Amino acid sequence: MKKSSSATEQTLKKMNWFDKLAHPGQFLKWSKYLVLPLTIITILLFTIGLWFAFFNSPEDYQMGDTVRIMYVHVPNAWLSQFTYMAMAVSAIGTLVWRHPIADVSMKVAAPLGAAFTAIALFTGSLWGRPTWGTFWEWDGRMTATLILLFMYLGLIALWKSFDDQLRAAKLIAVLTLVGAVNIPIIKFSVDWWNTLHQSSSISPSGIAMPPSIYIPLFVMMFAFTFLFITLHIVGMRTEILRRKADALERKSLNQNEKRG
Amino acid sequence: MILRGANGIGKTSLLMALAGYLHIEAGLIGWEKTKQDDDEKTAYEDMHFISHQYAIKENLSLTENLKFWADMNGGSKDDVFMALEKAGLGHGADFEALMLSQGQKKRLSLARLLVSKKPIWLLDEPTSALDSEGDKWVASLIDNHLDDGGLVIAATHLDLPMKKNKRIKTIILGQDK
Amino acid sequence: MSMKPFNAILIRDIKLASRSFGDVLTLVLFFIMIGVIIPFAIGPNKMLLASIAPGIIWMAAFLSSLLAIDRFFRADFEDGSLLAMRHANISLSAIAFAKLIALWVITILPLIIATPILAMMLFMDFEILIRTILSLLAGTPALIAFGGIGAAITVSLKRGGLIAPVLILPISIPILIFGISSIKANAGIGVESAAMLFLIAISLLAMVFAPFAIALALRLDQE
Repeated sequence: MKKSSSATEQTLKKMNWFDKLAHPGQFLKWSKYLVLPLTIITILLFTIGLWFAFFNSPEDYQMGDTVRIMYVHVPNAWLSQFTYMAMAVSAIGTLVWRHPIADVSMKVAAPLGAAFTAIALFTGSLWGRPTWGTFWEWDGRMTATLILLFMYLGLIALWKSFDDQLRAAKLIAVLTLVGAVNIPIIKFSVDWWNTLHQSSSISPSGIAMPPSIYIPLFVMMFAFTFLFITLHIVGMRTEILRRKADALERKSLNQNEKRG
Repeated sequence: MILRGANGIGKTSLLMALAGYLHIEAGLIGWEKTKQDDDEKTAYEDMHFISHQYAIKENLSLTENLKFWADMNGGSKDDVFMALEKAGLGHGADFEALMLSQGQKKRLSLARLLVSKKPIWLLDEPTSALDSEGDKWVASLIDNHLDDGGLVIAATHLDLPMKKNKRIKTIILGQDK
Repeated sequence: MSMKPFNAILIRDIKLASRSFGDVLTLVLFFIMIGVIIPFAIGPNKMLLASIAPGIIWMAAFLSSLLAIDRFFRADFEDGSLLAMRHANISLSAIAFAKLIALWVITILPLIIATPILAMMLFMDFEILIRTILSLLAGTPALIAFGGIGAAITVSLKRGGLIAPVLILPISIPILIFGISSIKANAGIGVESAAMLFLIAISLLAMVFAPFAIALALRLDQE
């Protein structure tokens, strides 16, 4: 035991700040302090946001109370795309910079992204039924989001198919990037193929909504974003711990073999 | 250069790292060029790797199999014919590779070396599946290649009956220096 | 850099496929059977079948090509040929490109040749048939290119053949969209030609960039 701890100490001294960020063991150390604050912020934002959403914002003159679903639907839709971007950046980190925990980040983001996409689709359906009369429409945005969901699910299935998670990471990074390049093409082709979805009320030229609506909306956006960050970091910690446990198991097996 | 060591110690991994297949976490692999003409070529283009897999297409004839490798690696049609003869497979040149025995398949895969114009040979257990005649043949292959000025790095756990002289260096993996 | 190694792979792959002709035949049969089953499922209404015929043919071609993807690299990976090819006189990307072309010849060409049979069973117009064949010619290279990427990523999995189609399907949807749009005259003048141009553009881009992605994945498979 003495020998191994001195080996760890030696490598610690040689690491600069970047390595301290990247090294899995170090990551576990400093991320521990983030979890609680992030959780508190998330809960706070959700409390404020939901209060605003339910009690302090007006009904839509056409849609009535169901418009409140928008406060869940829109953040999830936005996050479903943001998560893929985060995954793509992690993929570049894995392939190009060989960052040690980029692959963990990529792996953990996939189920989160799938969940956000699924919630967006589900809440979109719920919102659509009383508002426009249908649960589903093959319009540009809905269809593209559905395709995005399949991409997430495919990636998750692929992660589970590999025994060697480290080799899986690099291959999945390639696929993630190929998918990322294709997303604009998919969006373009699907839009080209259809119409319908309500044009965005938030445009670069200005917000076409009164403050009583966009304030709760932005609060909820932040709430969900912080939810993503919190879950992402917790997920990364879990994955790193799981890999450590696996490595220790394997080590003890080898040692037992040698003795026996 | 001969790599010796117990099973599982990492001979194959070292060969694969030398071949450029494995990513290296620590340490450095460098190849020195003696000839100055081809600046653009990397060392990897001058190698050929013989692994424990045969890389034989069973639906093709022996000649077709080797002709493919000749085309891929710079050999000619005559090389193919000669290589089959030297491997003791000349009589079956037009037979389907399906019909070969294990030892014959190993000979065919080693025959790749004779149709590939590659100076560096990386051999992983070149004598597996071969009898003592085959061992001698592998040894003569290596000797001839060294005579021509080539480099051979072979991992093996058997003694190869080669000409014993100064040009053979043995590295035993798993032992402290 | 001579063309010899490139041609060697092309010819070898085609030779190998012709020696196991049963595989090619199975694929064509599958393709035709889809066209046979549809009338049973939807009813033999001539007008209906004729109007959805281009879509059915594209779908049949798509699904059939998904089936063929697994055999793209598996044989070469498992018998060690891929490893031995790493030091050949051409780059791994060039090898991937040659194999893509070979796969197209082995897989798609027989399907395109069999398309008239399906067209007949689905009461397709002759002019529409020609349009369909042209759109298949324009779009299938992209299908093969994406399929190749999926195959390269899953080749090291023992049962990877089942998951590759699922991975490729989402990114292949644009090809399907433009493919069908380039045939049917339903949205007005100019739409089909625009769709055809997009289709050709995707195919060209895919065939150019896929070999690099494939080579990268193949290298990672063998690490």
